[in-house]
Amino acid sequence: MTPAEYDYLRQFLKQRSGLVLSNEKQYLIESRLLPVARKSGLASITALVAKLRDPRESMLADAVVEAMTTNESFFFRDKVPFDHFTQVMMPAMLERRAMKRQIRIWCAAASTGQESYSLAMCLKEMGSKLAGWRIEIVGTDISNEVLDRAKAGVYSQFEVQRGLPIQMLLKYFVQNGDQWTISNELRSMVQWKKFNLLESFAGLGQFDIVFCRNVLIYFDQPTKADILSRVSKTMTPDGFLVLGAAETVVGLTDAFKPVQDRRGLYAPNVPGQTAAAPTPATRFAFGSGAA
Amino acid sequence: MKHCLVVDDSSVIRKVARRILEDLSFSITEAEDGQQALEQCQQHMPDAILLDWNMPVMDGLEFLGQLRKLDGGQGPKVVFCTTENDVGHIARAIRAGANEYIMKPFDREIVEAKFQEVGLI
Ligand SMILES: C[S@@+](CC[C@H](N)C(=O)[O-])C[C@H]1O[C@@H](n2cnc3c(N)ncnc32)[C@H](O)[C@@H]1O
Repeated sequence: MTPAEYDYLRQFLKQRSGLVLSNEKQYLIESRLLPVARKSGLASITALVAKLRDPRESMLADAVVEAMTTNESFFFRDKVPFDHFTQVMMPAMLERRAMKRQIRIWCAAASTGQESYSLAMCLKEMGSKLAGWRIEIVGTDISNEVLDRAKAGVYSQFEVQRGLPIQMLLKYFVQNGDQWTISNELRSMVQWKKFNLLESFAGLGQFDIVFCRNVLIYFDQPTKADILSRVSKTMTPDGFLVLGAAETVVGLTDAFKPVQDRRGLYAPNVPGQTAAAPTPATRFAFGSGAA
Repeated sequence: MKHCLVVDDSSVIRKVARRILEDLSFSITEAEDGQQALEQCQQHMPDAILLDWNMPVMDGLEFLGQLRKLDGGQGPKVVFCTTENDVGHIARAIRAGANEYIMKPFDREIVEAKFQEVGLI
């Protein structure tokens, strides 16, 4: 691959998906894109780049973008966010939405579905507290390939053993040899949609809780800041945002502020309001506000 | 340092498990079957037990039943680690008092995830 071709691919990926590659990632491109090239009957990266320059090759362009995504995910990844979900976010939302009885949750880089299904399991575990509530989980990703896997909800023995408590495996999965399929009940709790975070959020509607984890790390600062600011606009002002363990809003945007003592958890920055876990005091304030 | 007893009739598996768990800062003792494991527990109750199912003399499930009846036998976190990978076996193990369950083949990530799950790390 010539330096010019490498530059072309870097720019192409940055523009299509936000992915930023440093100077030295030729090996990564080769290992991920040679199989894509071969599948299209192209012998080299050079031939692939030539074809990508043709604007009619949108299928190939999608395949290139997808092949360069990193899709690793686990059930209950990092655990803490899911504790925040059941201990902080959901109790707060049950109070704040007591009239409406509706909560919308967005997994903005859903990958193969583990995050969305983990949230669905958390909701199931809350049991009758949610009777009469309408709770939507929307899982989106730029890659069709991972969304197909998420929809199918079939996981290997290896995948169900990283982060998923054995009791949950017994309760929410159906076994097929060494494959484990998420139960129909849980599957029906999540809607899947192909969606690129670089595009307008207009069609998505408003969300109370957003999980945007382990995707911003691949983008540059302006892209991160732009996405975070637009995410804040898709959110209810009293909602919650969760980022990945290695991600933060600090130094990027004023649209969110950290929730005290809850690592990785953020709230939209509404002037004149302080974000806090629902302590008795804030509970009273929100309770009286909402009622 | 937490103490983990590794119970498996395969010396290869015990060695692999030992290496992974030592990296996670456990001190390790080994037993080749349920009977040996039970004797060790009567001497000294470990914090954790990584337990195979099919073993000669006394199998993992019977050992677990006996362990939980011992004085202090409720203490150790027991993580099954077996090729028995069907729902029926898993459910029986949990009912018998196992805390977690690893389906072989396993690797470092799985052991770490499961030990985290039961609060050992
Ligand atoms: C490492 S996974 C994160 C999965 C999950 N959120 C987690 O934390 O386990 C990152 C995902 O982001 C997706 N992604 C990358 N760029 C994207 C973009 N511009 N828009 C939407 N999704 C994107 C990738 O396809 C990939 O599935």
